[in-house]
Amino acid sequence: MHELGVTENIVNIALAKAGEAQANKVVKINLVVGELSGFVPDCIQFYFDSLSKDTIAQGAVLHFESVPTELRCRDCAAVFQPQDTLWTCPECAGRSVEIFKGRELYIESLEVE
Amino acid sequence: MKKIEVIQNVLEANDTIASRNRQLLDKHKVFAINIMSAPGAGKTSLILQTLTRLKGRLNIAVIEGDVASTVDAERVQSKAKAVVQINTGKMPESCSLMAVMIESALKDMPLNDIDLILIENVGNLICPAEFALGEHKRVVISSLPEGDDKPIKYPLIFVDADAVIINKMDLLPHVDFDIAAFRRSVTGLNPKVEFFEVSCKTGEGIDRWCSWMLERVETNAAKR
Repeated sequence: MHELGVTENIVNIALAKAGEAQANKVVKINLVVGELSGFVPDCIQFYFDSLSKDTIAQGAVLHFESVPTELRCRDCAAVFQPQDTLWTCPECAGRSVEIFKGRELYIESLEVE
Repeated sequence: MKKIEVIQNVLEANDTIASRNRQLLDKHKVFAINIMSAPGAGKTSLILQTLTRLKGRLNIAVIEGDVASTVDAERVQSKAKAVVQINTGKMPESCSLMAVMIESALKDMPLNDIDLILIENVGNLICPAEFALGEHKRVVISSLPEGDDKPIKYPLIFVDADAVIINKMDLLPHVDFDIAAFRRSVTGLNPKVEFFEVSCKTGEGIDRWCSWMLERVETNAAKR
């Protein structure tokens, strides 16, 4: 739902970094997207195709690495991937957890030529 | 082919503007609260109740975020020191307020005459969780008819909340909302959160909420 602004940022960052590297073309953009972040890769791709038009990033492949949700139990410190919607700790059955991984949204690297 | 390491947060652009907003607010000793909830949970009603209770004690401004219309701005107009309506429908993103929209709203506000800004976000439990605005506190309202499972379905917005307001308490006899289960789910995600059980219709619980806020506004103003 809010991927347009985010995709604008992706295009801007990619063009700036490619410019610094004096590249002629951005071939691939490697993105890391946490499972819990509200960002939908298909939506980002859709906006990217139109926003990158007539830039050196046009036609670049967006590669999404999805980061699964990992939680840390506040009671026993176990780090786990949630198995149920209640996010219960599998070690101690605790229900107090903090999000350890899964909120990421960043550009990891670019491939340019 | 060459690979360039980047490692850059895509939300950094928003976060940068948010911290600029925060600096501007702090410079003028203005406290800002970002109020988030699903549509219809009672954001505007809570703001109206707050304006009524704190009239004469604090100068309060309101920023209203809606996809369309000025309905909410009109409702609070007579009670607030200043009101700015943001219609996100005309913006590239319509599902949430973003730092850049607050930046432009602050330009239209007499910040020296304001103690507190209540920011009513767009009714949505997903997108507003991702975008910092520069606020000092984040408040989420859940109302009884929505059901007690919202923290399980939309965890992020609860993870970062400073306070959770349970609204429409007057409906408790009529709905199957398990308050203890709801509080347990939220506390599991966010142990430091403060709860308020209120009814914006009857006024129940509003005094405690207003005292909590008043205390924070005063502490904030005294700090500098």
